[in-house]
Amino acid sequence: MEWLMMDRWSPYVVGIGIGLLSCVAFVLSDKPIGCSTAFSRTSGMIEKLFQPGKVVEKAYYKKFPPVIDWEWMLVIGVLVGAFISSNLSGTFGGVWVPGKWTSAFGSSAGLRWSASLLGGILLGLGARWAGGCTSGHGISGTLQMAASSWLAVMGFFIGGIITAMIFYHVF
Amino acid sequence: MLKKLHEKKTVQLILGLGIGIVFGVLLQKGGVTKYDVILGQLLLTDFTVVKVMLTAIVVGKIGVHLLKGMGVAQLHPKSGSFGSSLIGGLIFGVGFGILGYCPGTMIGAVGQGSLDALFGGLPGMLLGAGLFAGLYPSLEKKILNKGYFGEITLPQLLKVGHWWVIVPISIGIIGLLWWIESAGL
Repeated sequence: MEWLMMDRWSPYVVGIGIGLLSCVAFVLSDKPIGCSTAFSRTSGMIEKLFQPGKVVEKAYYKKFPPVIDWEWMLVIGVLVGAFISSNLSGTFGGVWVPGKWTSAFGSSAGLRWSASLLGGILLGLGARWAGGCTSGHGISGTLQMAASSWLAVMGFFIGGIITAMIFYHVF
Repeated sequence: MLKKLHEKKTVQLILGLGIGIVFGVLLQKGGVTKYDVILGQLLLTDFTVVKVMLTAIVVGKIGVHLLKGMGVAQLHPKSGSFGSSLIGGLIFGVGFGILGYCPGTMIGAVGQGSLDALFGGLPGMLLGAGLFAGLYPSLEKKILNKGYFGEITLPQLLKVGHWWVIVPISIGIIGLLWWIESAGL
């Protein structure tokens, strides 16, 4: 079981694993792997704590009710899986500011936190706007050859590359 | 037999958790739960993300279509439009470039101890998703259905059998990965 203790696996091994895992999900659960609807469901659950009546009325929560479903459990699984994996390799540990960010923008946790929050808001908004994320569109959708997913994934990377280039080469 | 399995709610929740755990291990071992690796991809200096995604697409594409041919899997392509898929995709991309994680890898990052993902990315994503739910009625009227094309797949668009698209795309992806490796990226 030494391979479980390794810090990194070949990206091709990981890719083959994710491809096969997608097949398992299609057969056993009749579902494409995806992550982002779980966030809007959770957002609805939190809103429900404060304004129970309003959430039920919102058109979007009628489409995606704020309940625990297969995909919500999958997202919890990703959290658990990454925790197990990083503990097995001994790399688990609290990090406020990633190395690459520090080398470009300094080690201020406040600055990195503000950027993460802003990035997260756009990520959540964009994922629901496009109807999927890098998993739902980027892998599950493109492997089904859905036109919507190929278009969305082009947007993900064009937007991401331009933004990263501006942050790292202009600022 | 499979249909019965799909209808068992508790079993499905456990399966979702189990598939998620394997997915989380794969993402973390692949290094794609790390900000540095994702930014390396967006700055075009580290091609780990592209290698993982394209390999998964080739294996999954061939596998899922074989399983569909055997009658044990069904496709669920998402519907789309230029107003939703492209504009939403670009907004997502800007967030992806600033945060340095996508939704799934962000949760994986929380699991490995990345505090920027836990205290910044996670509440941000919940706020963003909530914001979308609030804006949804007016966005649906004005933007989301612009250039609507529905649940169409590339083979349907090209009016050919699916293997006529799967085989060339797979060969193209393998060729691209070959080129990335030989360029030392």
